[in-house]
Amino acid sequence: MKRFVLLVVSIASLSAQVTFDRILNAGKEPQNWLTYSGGTSSQRHSTLTQITPDNVKNLELQWIFQSRSLERYEATPLVVDGVMYTVQNPDDVLALDAATGRVYWTYNYQLSPDARPCCGRLSRGLAILGDTLFIGTIDAHVVALDAKSGKPLWNAQVGDPEKGYAITHAPLIVKDKVIVGMAGGEYGIRGYILGLDAKTGKEAWRFYTIPGPGEPGHESWAGDSWQHGGASVWVTGSYDPESNLTFWGIGNPGPDWNGDTRGGDNLYACSVVALDADTGKLKWYYQFSPHDEFDYDAVQVPVLADIDWQGRPRKVMMWANRNGLFYVLDRTTGQFLSGKPFVKVNWMNGFDERGRPMKLASAASSKTGTLIFPGNQGGTNWYSPSFSPHTGLFYIPAWDNYSSLYVKQDQDFVEGRTFGGGGPRPTGPATKTGVQNFRGDEDIYGAVRAIDPKTGEKKWEFKMADVTEAGILTTASDVLFTGGHEGYFFALDARNGKLLWKSSLGGEVRSGPMTFMVNGRQYVAVDAGNSLFVWALRQ
Amino acid sequence: MMTAFPMNRSIVCVLLLASGALLAQHEYTATDIENGGRQYVNNCVYCHGPEGDQIAGVSLFQGRFKRAVSDDDIVQIIRNGVPGTGMPAQTGMNEANARTIVAYLRSAAAVPASTLTGGNAARGKSLFEGKGACATCHRVQGSGSRMGPDLSDIGMQRRAVELEKSLLDPGAGVLPQHRFVQVTPKSGPAVTGRLLNQDTFTLQLIDSQERLRTFVIADLRDYSVLKDSRMPSYKDKLSRQELADMVSYLVSLKGPNKP
Ligand code: HEC
Ligand code: HEC
Repeated sequence: MKRFVLLVVSIASLSAQVTFDRILNAGKEPQNWLTYSGGTSSQRHSTLTQITPDNVKNLELQWIFQSRSLERYEATPLVVDGVMYTVQNPDDVLALDAATGRVYWTYNYQLSPDARPCCGRLSRGLAILGDTLFIGTIDAHVVALDAKSGKPLWNAQVGDPEKGYAITHAPLIVKDKVIVGMAGGEYGIRGYILGLDAKTGKEAWRFYTIPGPGEPGHESWAGDSWQHGGASVWVTGSYDPESNLTFWGIGNPGPDWNGDTRGGDNLYACSVVALDADTGKLKWYYQFSPHDEFDYDAVQVPVLADIDWQGRPRKVMMWANRNGLFYVLDRTTGQFLSGKPFVKVNWMNGFDERGRPMKLASAASSKTGTLIFPGNQGGTNWYSPSFSPHTGLFYIPAWDNYSSLYVKQDQDFVEGRTFGGGGPRPTGPATKTGVQNFRGDEDIYGAVRAIDPKTGEKKWEFKMADVTEAGILTTASDVLFTGGHEGYFFALDARNGKLLWKSSLGGEVRSGPMTFMVNGRQYVAVDAGNSLFVWALRQ
Repeated sequence: MMTAFPMNRSIVCVLLLASGALLAQHEYTATDIENGGRQYVNNCVYCHGPEGDQIAGVSLFQGRFKRAVSDDDIVQIIRNGVPGTGMPAQTGMNEANARTIVAYLRSAAAVPASTLTGGNAARGKSLFEGKGACATCHRVQGSGSRMGPDLSDIGMQRRAVELEKSLLDPGAGVLPQHRFVQVTPKSGPAVTGRLLNQDTFTLQLIDSQERLRTFVIADLRDYSVLKDSRMPSYKDKLSRQELADMVSYLVSLKGPNKP
């Protein structure tokens, strides 16, 4: 009898493990949300259908988690079998009951005083494998925690925070490895992506986002500029099991706004890189913005899908870039298939036959200031887009009518200090409006744009008075959830952009919504301000 | 169980009497000592160590200080640091909290050090996983059961003398964070688990299958906190040498690996 009981116990605890196979097949268990973007192809799309365009108006707030941090909340939680895991800025980790929000445990991270991330002392989330959680910290550590107790298992320092290295994105799990990249593009770091052994934290491979001497691409940096050329990583990548490639978007070159000392294309800044997930070796890359001076980080989530392309099925990667263009690439080869502006763009006017953008000669930062569309925060940015296989549409949180005056200054590199080389000046009302907004019709605005990836054409848009840093979630019942700076969280009909429901949360929505199910009830969750809000249909 | 945060009042009373002379200046309650112990582990242990003797020439649990005589002197040192040395000021700590640490330092001085010396940590590790069967209840660095407390960093949290007490007399007092509960839902069998959190309407526990579970109290038929320790005493199960080996192993557990 005793033996029998033991057997049952071990099976039960085994089934609770989040194997990599489960992560690869995350779509088959839509009650859970197993990665930052909901799965390795990063579509931020759920097949849950309890909440529909008809009943979404009956959503009712279930619980709120108020984080003990005043920093903006940009994380997407994970949910595994009724337990939610999320962060509390900068790098605390919590396990909560997903239906009630009550806390199981809290891990308080002891942060080094040397941490100096440029743009927010925050974490965008966690990864899970087996029953271990992983967080990258703003002092450039990766910590593995027991998901049942929050006890740390290993703690690996993977960068020097005093030099500006930091981790702010949720790690990505591929097989037995934890993949993270370095933020710090404003400090003249030399960026890299690491594959760590998930069991021990030992470094298995390293890919420098700026090639060193002797490596192809090194010649795209004049002189010594490669040594502190930035090219950071701060948003989670994707993974394609068929080609065993992991895709990562790379940030701007440094100094950000003055390219004079770094003549050349500056690879792999402002590019997507496709790496062999076992070795970290580069298989292909595509550079969206060669020799960037406009802060056009390609730090977006690579969205993978198999779609019909000119009459035949094709394995593509879709990408709405900070530079204002929407791209479709072949994800196996990196071949450029199409690129089209989704907001007002004036820095380029087409592509050559190999897919390189034709940049205008006038599109260069200058001492007196150059007016460029889109402006410094981009036509979109790190905010998660969504692809719905159900509608076939790609949804972008967009900023339109948006420009900056790009001003360059001479600047010498000093280790651990910001390395910008000038800066952008706004050309219109501030984009961080706080609680009041005074914009006119002609000014910058935010929108949800639905794009048909086959044509790059806009299908519909939902316009907002203020801009947005909210990610987008779609469901198979054609409900789209998002929000914006105004502090609304709302639902649109994914087919036509019609507003279905809204809720005023009183804090900017700057995170990607997600959805999950517990005991047969579908929930939808988003961070706004410094709190996490969770809804379900009224019972 | 005598720990850094004694729960059992009778033990604390004995302790205060024994150290009466040292405590002449201030009266400290068991709660002060418990809070001070927690503050010490959070703010001081990574420099001074669990025995207060990790910094050469400094010994915090002796009742005598180089730079301090009165409790007020120690409060001063804690809040202002020792300028020009590695002793930092606890800038965010108010006087009341600093005073609880003094309570802890004073009470620690009154407890004699563990007599289980001369242990071998490697032998202790094999006992932990083998004959002692500790891993059937405890987890260390990712292996073992999660029913009892995870001991991965117990060597940073407790003094050897406290670990000794845990092994010999586990029944002496169960820490609040280690309590077990039994809940009986209106529908379904009773569930026993370690309590993780509770409020007026719900409670959270880790059950025997190591699942994190929430129960709505209104849906329960019965709910009780189990009084007795689940941990067996090893007083007669392990020899003196084996106990010393075990303590030495536990003392060596200092938290996560750094690859
Ligand atoms: C960063 C390491 C560090 C931390 C953290 C630290 N100390 Fe110290 N402490 C020292 C050092 C080094 C000395 C020795 C100073 C000297 O040279 O006299 C010291 C000295 C002291 C002394 C004086 C000892 C004597 O004999 O006069 C006291 C009391 C003390 N520390 C208490 C604490 C307490 C309580 C805490 C936690 C609130 C704490 N320390 C945290 C490093 C530290
Ligand atoms: C049947 C389960 C069980 C076994 C076997 C067991 N323990 Fe425990 N132990 C517990 C529980 C439960 C607690 C929590 C406090 C209590 O209930 O007394 C505990 C508490 C402890 C503590 C105190 C933790 C603290 O935070 O102060 C230590 C140390 C400890 N055990 C070590 C051991 C060692 C070493 C062994 C093997 C020689 C062992 N335990 C075997 C269940 C067990």
